[in-house]
Amino acid sequence: MQVSDIKKKASEMLLSGEVKRVIGWKKGEFDYDLTPATFESVEELEDFVYDGFCGANLSKYLIKESKKEGKTLVFMKPCDTYSFNQLLKEHRIVRDNVYVVAIDCEGKLDIDKIKSKGIKGILSVKEDGDEVIIDTIYGESKVVKGEVMLEKCLTCKSKEHVAYDESMAQGVENVSLDRFSEVAKLEAMTADERYEFWRGELSKCIRCNACRNVCPACSCVKCVFDNDASGVSAKSNANEFEESMFHIIRAFHVAGRCTDCGECSRVCPQHIPLHLINRKFIKDINTLYGEYQAGADVDSRGPLTNYTTDDLDPSDIFGGNK
Amino acid sequence: MTNEALIPIVGVVTDIRRDTPDVKTFRVVTLDGKKCFEHKPGQCAMLSIPGVGEALFSITSSPTNKDYLEFSIKKCGCVTTWLHEMEVGQQVTIRGPYGNGFPVTTELKGKDLLFIAGGIGLAPLRSVINYVRDNRADYGKVDILYGSRSKDDLVHFNEIVSEWVNEPGFNIHLTIDREQEGWDGHVGFVPSYVEELNFDPQKTVLMCGPPVMIKFTLASLMKLGFSRNQVYTTMELKMKCAIGKCGRCNIGSKYVCKDGPVFRFDQLDELPPEY
Amino acid sequence: MKKISLSNISKLYEVISREYDLYAPIKKAGKVNFAKWTDGEEVVFNAQTVRSPKDMFFPQTMDLYSLKMQGKTVEVIDDRSETAPFVVFGVKPCDCKSFEVLDRVFLAEPVDTYYQNRREAGIIVGLGCSAPSESCMCASFGVDNTEPVADVKSYIVDGEMYLDAITDKGEKLLSLIAGLLVDADSTKVDEQKAKTKEINKKLPLQNLDMTRFTADNLNEIFNEEEWEGLSEACLACGTCTYVCPTCQCYDIRDFKTNDGVKRFRCWDSCMYSDFTKMSAGQPRNTQMQRFRQRFMHKLVYFPANNDGMYSCVGCGRCATKCPISMNIAKVIKKLGGKHND
Repeated sequence: MQVSDIKKKASEMLLSGEVKRVIGWKKGEFDYDLTPATFESVEELEDFVYDGFCGANLSKYLIKESKKEGKTLVFMKPCDTYSFNQLLKEHRIVRDNVYVVAIDCEGKLDIDKIKSKGIKGILSVKEDGDEVIIDTIYGESKVVKGEVMLEKCLTCKSKEHVAYDESMAQGVENVSLDRFSEVAKLEAMTADERYEFWRGELSKCIRCNACRNVCPACSCVKCVFDNDASGVSAKSNANEFEESMFHIIRAFHVAGRCTDCGECSRVCPQHIPLHLINRKFIKDINTLYGEYQAGADVDSRGPLTNYTTDDLDPSDIFGGNK
Repeated sequence: MTNEALIPIVGVVTDIRRDTPDVKTFRVVTLDGKKCFEHKPGQCAMLSIPGVGEALFSITSSPTNKDYLEFSIKKCGCVTTWLHEMEVGQQVTIRGPYGNGFPVTTELKGKDLLFIAGGIGLAPLRSVINYVRDNRADYGKVDILYGSRSKDDLVHFNEIVSEWVNEPGFNIHLTIDREQEGWDGHVGFVPSYVEELNFDPQKTVLMCGPPVMIKFTLASLMKLGFSRNQVYTTMELKMKCAIGKCGRCNIGSKYVCKDGPVFRFDQLDELPPEY
Repeated sequence: MKKISLSNISKLYEVISREYDLYAPIKKAGKVNFAKWTDGEEVVFNAQTVRSPKDMFFPQTMDLYSLKMQGKTVEVIDDRSETAPFVVFGVKPCDCKSFEVLDRVFLAEPVDTYYQNRREAGIIVGLGCSAPSESCMCASFGVDNTEPVADVKSYIVDGEMYLDAITDKGEKLLSLIAGLLVDADSTKVDEQKAKTKEINKKLPLQNLDMTRFTADNLNEIFNEEEWEGLSEACLACGTCTYVCPTCQCYDIRDFKTNDGVKRFRCWDSCMYSDFTKMSAGQPRNTQMQRFRQRFMHKLVYFPANNDGMYSCVGCGRCATKCPISMNIAKVIKKLGGKHND
């Protein structure tokens, strides 16, 4: 699967009039600062890119784009299709107005991790197998790809698409780590250690709302934290409690619907591993109600919206009072 | 008391008048019974209730009133609802005055004035009208065209019919949107009434009302031969600080709180239409 | 000029922190931010802080005053405590410039005394750049990244920190630590400056063309169709505004406590939909309008009101932190002038 094939597909569908617009990634000033974008003409597709920096999940843009007149072509990586399904399930996307083309993903890069290695003055970033070669004004650097991949890609849940109208994917071997191993590490901590860990991380929060606004599960028209009438609306964290509350409430709200797409952690300007909160919930849900992957399909009922008399009480597993 | 720009003083509400079903006029003085501060017609002040919040209101009393400030306030949000529910004797916080005000001592001096107001839009203009009444010799003829949804929605109706109509050189034209029992005055919207009355385009216009009224009335005035630099209006945008720092009431590079709220339409024309 | 070996620098922090609250770029949970120094903290000078040093002068939240209401009575209490003197260490030249921008807002009449008190209490130790990054745009905004404008300027060369007082406040600080410093000549610092200037020439965003951003072009730029494309992917988060050293918009809110009401102010973002929303209407209904406001403010409105000074210092934080990688450089390249390719 070549980028040129993807671009060709896009221009064909635009030219034939089958779709009115294409959602994809647009090249930036540097190799790494791609922007999600819509393309409405073949000329505009000149700037279309698909490479290691296309981490952004495009599915949430479909809430808006699928309500426009005419069909929208969207290219999706495997993990994006889970979010897509979940949004369909929640009736946020007009399915008939979307044409999904599945494309392969070999794991995306995290520019922040590259820069955290002290690499500055970046002129270009190229992938070469398991290596990433970064040319800078201070000289060339080489790093192992696994060290500079997005958190979400290190524990990729699948290389298989769960929704598409057409697939250009040729399949990629998934060699990622067990995504629950990180949760297990947190669980192994004492309560105090765990509290310290989260205090350290969440104290960095600037309450920019990037995690919420990028999250495909956060599709409320008006968030409770923006609603003055809710009594909990806030624009900034006044204290430690508020730093934690925002993220905990959000995790509860997306529990059972979070597909673990990892966008929250990707966009966090402070690199707080927010996905771990959600992933802990996913792990617990699996334990309590059986294996469940949000977004794997569009029809099943989510474990938290589907009461059965066989449901365990959390105390059956985790102890404590009923 | 402090001179800090953001820290208010405490005022006490000494009188509350119901003007219309959703407009009340509040009289505010300092705790020792004095006027809170001097102001110019068209300027505003921040009122607040602890725990509810601050909001900016135009001062409806005239600067020539040396005893108190008055605010005519329509019930439409959190702060205004609270104000509508309070009783005489309630203390509030107040800071101000803010904004430029109408140029009563310069550009408006000696001119024939035409006031055009719709609904609660009379509130800021009343300050100027009463200022003009108290400095009658400085201004020419005065026309006041005031329209509202119904007779019951005409703010300051008693003052208009008992005082303004008797003022020498004042012509009052009232109109309501629809026929109503007990109303034998004009019926119709403000813009068409402006055309009907065929005002002399030499007049200087001070206009305030809902955006849709402003839009069409301005067009009517243009038809009558007025030019946009003869028409003043006063703007309302969301404000938090009222001193040009919180960053939200700008129209282009102008801040409504300090460069406004009074603008001439030729000045607004030069700014992006984002209001 | 004086100097101190970096191996000895924690002594310097220690001495300063006995007299002042000392803030420095400190690495915690993997990220570098300005934080109060205590013994054992890891001070990092070669990374850009995520948050800018505006925090120390215009904190994300701060109480303005207290209100008490009993029955019909209301009391306003200015219960500020005096701002303790403090030192901010390791402020890069772009960030130093940001105080000049913030001063234009908060020190203009009527003066914001909350900010003024902090400005008077704060001593800024600037740090010259030696390894600027590709996202650095400071030179485009008139900042010389080898000359931090601060109370003390400092440079790090070959394991030593060189310090030079610029203001009286700076002199006072250096006299406090005089025992730890030795005299130095500026040869090595000058060499570093010359080297940095050479590096600047290789950086892609240090020479942006902004000639079109004038008050005369205000409406023309405002009406550009490009805003639609530039803003289309904007998530409406506040990242750019919160990491920005010059964004200063704020909200004022009430917080009910057991003992009355705290009226506080907190950062606000023009990217948020409720920023301009009133009961009576909303002048900026779309994200495009909000996005446009931010950049028009920085590049056109602010200079129109402030003798041509941009409300951007080119630090590049927005360029590195925006979740969709949309930033001021891309806006300038589209709208700033002809010579931006």
